[in-house]
Amino acid sequence: MKALLAQARAEVAMTLRRGESLLLALGIPVILLVFFSVVDILPTPAGTKRAVDFLAPGILALAVMSTGMVSLGIATAFERQYLVLKRLGSTPLGRPALLAAKTGAVVVVELVQVIALTAVALALGWRAHPSAATAVAAVIVATVAFSGLGLLMAGTLKAELTLAAANGLYLVLLLLGGMVVPLSRLPGGLRALARLLPAAALSDVLRQGLGGPSAYRGAWLVLVAWAVVAPVAAALTFRWE
Amino acid sequence: MPAVVVSGLVVRYDDVVAVDDLSFTAEAGQIVALLGPNGAGKTSTVETLEGYRRPTAGTVRVLGLDPVGDHSSLVPRIGVMLQRGGIYPAMSPAEALDLFAAYYANPADPADLTSLLGLDGVARTPWRRLSGGEQQRLSLALALVGRPEVAFLDEPTAGVDPQGRLAIRRIIASQRDDGVCVLLTTHDLEEAERLADRIVIVDHGKVVAEGSPAELMTSGRSHEIRFGAPAGLDRSSLAAALGASVDEERPGEYRVAAEASPANVAALTAWLALHDLPLADLRAGRQRLEDVFLSLTASVSTAAVERQPRPRRRSSSTGGAGS
Repeated sequence: MKALLAQARAEVAMTLRRGESLLLALGIPVILLVFFSVVDILPTPAGTKRAVDFLAPGILALAVMSTGMVSLGIATAFERQYLVLKRLGSTPLGRPALLAAKTGAVVVVELVQVIALTAVALALGWRAHPSAATAVAAVIVATVAFSGLGLLMAGTLKAELTLAAANGLYLVLLLLGGMVVPLSRLPGGLRALARLLPAAALSDVLRQGLGGPSAYRGAWLVLVAWAVVAPVAAALTFRWE
Repeated sequence: MPAVVVSGLVVRYDDVVAVDDLSFTAEAGQIVALLGPNGAGKTSTVETLEGYRRPTAGTVRVLGLDPVGDHSSLVPRIGVMLQRGGIYPAMSPAEALDLFAAYYANPADPADLTSLLGLDGVARTPWRRLSGGEQQRLSLALALVGRPEVAFLDEPTAGVDPQGRLAIRRIIASQRDDGVCVLLTTHDLEEAERLADRIVIVDHGKVVAEGSPAELMTSGRSHEIRFGAPAGLDRSSLAAALGASVDEERPGEYRVAAEASPANVAALTAWLALHDLPLADLRAGRQRLEDVFLSLTASVSTAAVERQPRPRRRSSSTGGAGS
């Protein structure tokens, strides 16, 4: 237990020390949230009065994606490259404790993100009517899905390739994720594709959980499916050295 | 029971044989050096003992345990220093030592280790900004922070400056004095000679010689005297004085085919004194470890190089097998 706590604390410290991971965790979400709330140029779906009401849940979804997939994936890939993971393999820490510590660190960073982004959104006039159970469940399931994707890349690709792939995927999922641009504004084929991806599923169920319109049919199914397939694929393919 | 037992170990990667029927043991309170050229199979052997790979054939035991099968009961009792890396690049020595100390039930004091290894000045500097020698010393400290019973050190002084080497040797020797079994790999003869109680010379995955440094250096060859003196001596005059043939192997490096007896040495120095010639060095009976090492490993290595590319290199220098 002492080992696990020390490891989790170190993982959080490492995350908060990386400038690019802070930018991704807080900088970009805050900028997107403030900019598009203040500069009213985004197409918001019918029934949404103010941009921030649409944006806030989407940006929270983005924050979860950035921490689980991008930050965790890139950090783990470099730990693999620097043989940190190999070295830990001959300490008493053990792989389950390492995984638990990484999970703990992701949750801590997500809490920081949720508190900061919610404060900014409320200051911008967001009115939430949250159904806490739905929102929390969505974040947990999505964290599993995105962490699985991050670790899938980290365990199979070189560190530099993981860096590129995670950032590229981040941009694609941001655009197709119903986070900033509503799914309804995407062309039909693209929209159908977007609905099969974990980002759109998360932002839709999160929006519903925070008092927005109902999620598209099958959103939960898509999210849960990714939360099963991605970690299993990561576990099966992960190479520690 | 020896702390480390390697018996008939074979490690094969695809078609590359890195370790080929290797056997040796190491006791508690002993420093054993696996000495050999790059690609001799040293790292493959050590990584099998650390549980990173399974033997293709043969068995290894550390503290009586199987490194793979009994992994979780063994790792609290061993310390590992990888050949490179293994530390979070953004972490400082102080943080890394505190973190690793938390993995173990009864760790050494991280602050003591930091001072002992001369890392006080860089205790708060991220790993990636440390010099190569400082990185090696931190890696050694992390291997020892759990108070291991067996420490595996892969090339512990590679890339370290002379002062750093001294610090590392001092720590390793103190571990031995505390009863730790230290198994280190090196291709540095001086390192093995100065540090090890026993040297296992490995080449192409096999043990080619084994013993204490003194044993290895006195084995055989007491029937010759080697000395250094000005080039171009009158060898026939010297041969007549000694009653034995004299070869000049390299300019200024001579070999006398006579037993290394005090009488013969006296005759040699008397002849030099008579001709007012300086004596650069003299080796009678005891060879330098370098000579032993080269004579044991050179012939095979040269043959291997000449036959390249061979379909089945008995060396791990290809295929990512390490050394």
